[in-house]
Amino acid sequence: MPQIEVNGKNYETDEEGYLINLAEWNMDVAKYIATTENLTMTDNHWEVINFLREYYDEYQIAPAVRVLTKAIGKKFGAEKGNSQYLYELFPYGPGKQACKVAGLPKPTGCI
Amino acid sequence: MLHIINKSPLSNGSLDSCLRVTESGEILLIEDAVYAAAKGSFLEGKMHEVMGKVKIHVLMPDLEARGLADRLIAGITPVDYGGFVDLVAASKNCQSWL
Amino acid sequence: MSEIKKFMFVNRKAPYGTIYALESLEVVLITAAFDQDVSLAFLDDGVYQLKKGQQTKGIDTKNFSPTFRALDGYDIEKLYVEKESLALRGLSEADLLVDVTVLDRKEMGKLMGQQDVVLSF
Repeated sequence: MPQIEVNGKNYETDEEGYLINLAEWNMDVAKYIATTENLTMTDNHWEVINFLREYYDEYQIAPAVRVLTKAIGKKFGAEKGNSQYLYELFPYGPGKQACKVAGLPKPTGCI
Repeated sequence: MLHIINKSPLSNGSLDSCLRVTESGEILLIEDAVYAAAKGSFLEGKMHEVMGKVKIHVLMPDLEARGLADRLIAGITPVDYGGFVDLVAASKNCQSWL
Repeated sequence: MSEIKKFMFVNRKAPYGTIYALESLEVVLITAAFDQDVSLAFLDDGVYQLKKGQQTKGIDTKNFSPTFRALDGYDIEKLYVEKESLALRGLSEADLLVDVTVLDRKEMGKLMGQQDVVLSF
C-alpha cells in the first residue's frame, strides 16, 4: 500500500492518495496532502476542511458536492455556499480534493 | 452441546429449529441472532419458556452494535469474546447453525 | 435524464449481519445525485437499521446508522416504516433515529404499487 511520510511518520494511503485511517489525520498531514494537490492553504480552505471533518464525524460519510455546497451556505452564508467559491478554493473539485486534504474517503457517488 | 446461532430469529428458522430439537445444553446468540435476546419482541415469551431447559448466552458486542444492550432479557447471560472462547472450550461439542 | 421516476428502496435486512443494509444506503446516496423521487421503505428486520443507540466499536465495524440522518441534506425525506414490523420487534417510533412515516401493511403495499422502480435489499 502506498505511504506518505510526514514529520518522520508514515501514513498509509490508497492508490489515489486518500488517507486510509482517518483517525491518523492531523494538520501537518493535511498540509502535506495539500502540497501534493498544489493547493496553498488559507483560512478559507481550512474552514471547508474543518467543516468536512465535522460533517463526517456526525454522519459517517463524505458529503456529495451538491450537499456540501448547500450545507456550507447554510453555515457560512450564500457568498460561500456556491460551487464557484468552492471550485476556486479546490480547482479539481471540492469533493475529491477537499476530502483528500481532510483525510476523508472520496465521497460516495463521486466519479 | 453448545449451539451457536447467528441468524435473525425473525427472518430465519435456525433458532426455531435449534429450540425444537434441543432439550438441554447451551445456546450462544451472536451476530443477527442477538435480536432474540432483546426484551419486547414477540419472541420474548418463548425465550423465557426455553430458559428452563437450556442456558442462553448472548455476545454483548453484537447486542451493543445493534443498539439493544439496555434491553437484555433477564436470565440471558451476557458474554464478551473471552466468554465466547470459554464456552466453546468448556463444551464437549458445538454446532454452528447455518 | 428529464423524466422524474418514483424509486423505492425496500430494506428488509438487519444491519451488520449481512452487507445488504449498507449496500442499499450507498445506492440510495448515489441515486440522490440523479434528482429522482426517492422513497425508502423499512420492513421486517430492516426496521432494526434505524434503531437508536448503535455502538459498533466492539465488533470493529463501521456504524453507518448516523448516515440515515444525513439523508435529509440529500433531499431524501420520504422514509416509511411498516407498523407491524415495528410491533413484532417491540419497537416504537421513539426508538428510531430519524423521523419516519409509519404505515400499516396495506398502506405500504399500496405505496409500493405506485412506484416506477422498486429495488429490494
